Amino acid sequence: MTATLTQSAEHEHEPVTRGRRVPVTRACRFELVKLVSQWRIRLLVLACWIAPALFVAGVSQQSTLPVDTLFGRWMHATGWAGPLVVLGFAGTWALPLLTSVVAGDVFASEDRLGTWRHLLVAVRSPRRIFAAKALASLTVILVLVAGLACSSAIGGLLTVGSRPLVGLDGHLLSPEDAALKVLLAWVCALAPTLALAGIGLLGSVMLGRSPMGLLLPALVAIIMQVTQILPLPVAVRLALPGYAFISWNGLFTSPTQLAPLLIAIAVSLAWAVLATVLAYVLFQRRDFTNLAYDGSGRHALTVGLLPLVGVTTLSIAAVAVSTSSMGSGIEQGKVQRSVATAFAHLYRMQTDQLHRPAVTEAQLRTTATCAKSAGKGAQEGAGNNWRCAVSWHLPGIAVTGTAIYQIDITSDGRFVADGDGPKEVNGYFLLRTSTGDAPNPLWQFDGNVELLDTSSKG
Amino acid sequence: MEQLLAIRARGITKSFGDVVALDGIDLDVTQGQIHGLVGPNGAGKTTLLGLLLGLAVADGGRLEVLGTPVGRALDAPDGVAGFVDGPALYPSLTPRQNLAALAALRGHDARTAGIDDVLAEVGLTGVADDRVRGFSLGMRQRLGLAAALLTRPRLLVLDEPSNGLDPAGKRHVHGVLNRLAADGTAVVLSSHNMDDLEALCSEVTIVATGRVVFSGPLSKLATDNRELDYRLLTSDPQAARRMADDTPGVRIVDDAGVRQDAELLVVRAMVPALDDLVVRLVDEGVALRELTPVVSPLEAAFLALTEQQEAGR
Repeated sequence: MTATLTQSAEHEHEPVTRGRRVPVTRACRFELVKLVSQWRIRLLVLACWIAPALFVAGVSQQSTLPVDTLFGRWMHATGWAGPLVVLGFAGTWALPLLTSVVAGDVFASEDRLGTWRHLLVAVRSPRRIFAAKALASLTVILVLVAGLACSSAIGGLLTVGSRPLVGLDGHLLSPEDAALKVLLAWVCALAPTLALAGIGLLGSVMLGRSPMGLLLPALVAIIMQVTQILPLPVAVRLALPGYAFISWNGLFTSPTQLAPLLIAIAVSLAWAVLATVLAYVLFQRRDFTNLAYDGSGRHALTVGLLPLVGVTTLSIAAVAVSTSSMGSGIEQGKVQRSVATAFAHLYRMQTDQLHRPAVTEAQLRTTATCAKSAGKGAQEGAGNNWRCAVSWHLPGIAVTGTAIYQIDITSDGRFVADGDGPKEVNGYFLLRTSTGDAPNPLWQFDGNVELLDTSSKG
Repeated sequence: MEQLLAIRARGITKSFGDVVALDGIDLDVTQGQIHGLVGPNGAGKTTLLGLLLGLAVADGGRLEVLGTPVGRALDAPDGVAGFVDGPALYPSLTPRQNLAALAALRGHDARTAGIDDVLAEVGLTGVADDRVRGFSLGMRQRLGLAAALLTRPRLLVLDEPSNGLDPAGKRHVHGVLNRLAADGTAVVLSSHNMDDLEALCSEVTIVATGRVVFSGPLSKLATDNRELDYRLLTSDPQAARRMADDTPGVRIVDDAGVRQDAELLVVRAMVPALDDLVVRLVDEGVALRELTPVVSPLEAAFLALTEQQEAGR
């Protein structure tokens, strides 16, 4: 008769170790191998490292520039405008889509392939699998973002060169300053990208192989963009992670508009952390033996999305209380200051290009008088019905110069000033500069109204 | 002789919400044994295999795998490998890349992990550098087995490993499993293919509605339980029919006279009664050309036991 006996590991069996868990670094490398083996990821990497350079180089050679995009009008003037144009486009389209494809699919792909059990048997720890997947997708996203930034900068520098960049208030940044600020702008854009990546992870865990999981970051990004277009109070605008795709604009003013930038980054990082933690909690609760599993279902939608709604509400309350900014943030005084400042800087530039005697901004004593809807109604808020009369003084001349501008201000504070006379001041004509012919800098220019009342005036 | 247990399960329970997947499962699998796990769909086989592989945690009971108690966390000792619901590997990678990644995960150098050896063992050397995306189910099964073998397991847990395999492939896989068992590896094999189980397993456990309804040697199933249908082909069908009719405990269940194959006789009997019939046929000078069960003892037992279980619910 056969007797059975259970033996302890130390005795009769070969030494049996508790399941050795795979280090996160090894699991992460495995996830990277899987990601990079996918043709769409390879294609994305290739596209991000090549396409921006080609785009910037191509556009910089054309006579027509993308003036609707921030810094687009300066693409002939400096190679540093190219990466900022690409950043503006990336914040709207590319980065949400990239995070969708990478983070939004990193868990769902295992559902689609039916490989969860294989992976779990190999790695032995859902926690490490989660960490490895999150790190691997973060790595790929960083490689893609780095590609966009480097490629566009290289394209710009090779075709136009490293030259001074005109900031959003008209002041001139040296090539070194421009390089640093371009780098900072891209680094700042990482925060909302991480928030979208966190949402991607959450969607991927929550919705399994459903395409909605893949689309969630893009969907959230679109909702946030639409929200930024709406005439919402500043506190609401800043409390959404999408604002960080816009707030880097503040780096290109003097003084730097730091407060909105920091608030937007903090909100984005809070979203990134919360969404990732929620994804982790849902992943840990998952039953890997249930074949019928296809996402965590309706319950998970509640568990996953309600906290994000909560953090948004809290952010809005915190920003509202700390900044007392419940209006549009676009007020008459701020518009006047922004337009006057930009005009003064650009007038100095025009003077230099016309080889006239040099003047300083202080000597010009520029002021602007702006009115919305010809002074009817509330003098605040976005719209294309602002009109400004800019006045300045030249040293030794008693007459005050005046120029008129039509101002189109969007609800995020960005404006385009369009010269409306006199023609010899702000009309369209070409100026011969050291880099070739360029439109009169006072004809049309971009600017930025700081939505929060935090920077020094003037 | 004392045998070491690769698996010792006592009173294992597992529920998913209101659904009881395992209801007090006991299971012993010794090292070097190929143990079959049989049961209807939804019987709890996958859940049980998942517990063995560390994919799920039991709600209650005690489970020891390779002498190590399995705790409350998702975990399994080293030396356990296998797959549930078919092997799942990454289609965008080649077999060699899949196995190299797996070896790297386990901290082995891909060059010395024996990837070529296991690919050769399962007969995939010729397609080692092709993408898995284009593989047939049978090739994926072989690759899944290779992935399991790569870790040099002492407990191999396989779910339908013969799915999609052609007869030659099946024989190849059977050879691999038999060699592993001969080397001391315990193999738990879940399958609905009774031929596979009978060809490979020395013991089987039949599970129905989360409970063990039989566990033991295959031979015990045939002798213990019930009448089986047997097909008889003799030199004198008329005499055979007459004697079957006269033998106590033997019933003719298929009137071969109305069938095209008039020489064939199907009888239902337990083994002792069948033995009597065979002796009588031989005594009367009737040559016995074929005597085979219509359905295998395992299949018959499986059907009968699971039907009983269903009826008793």
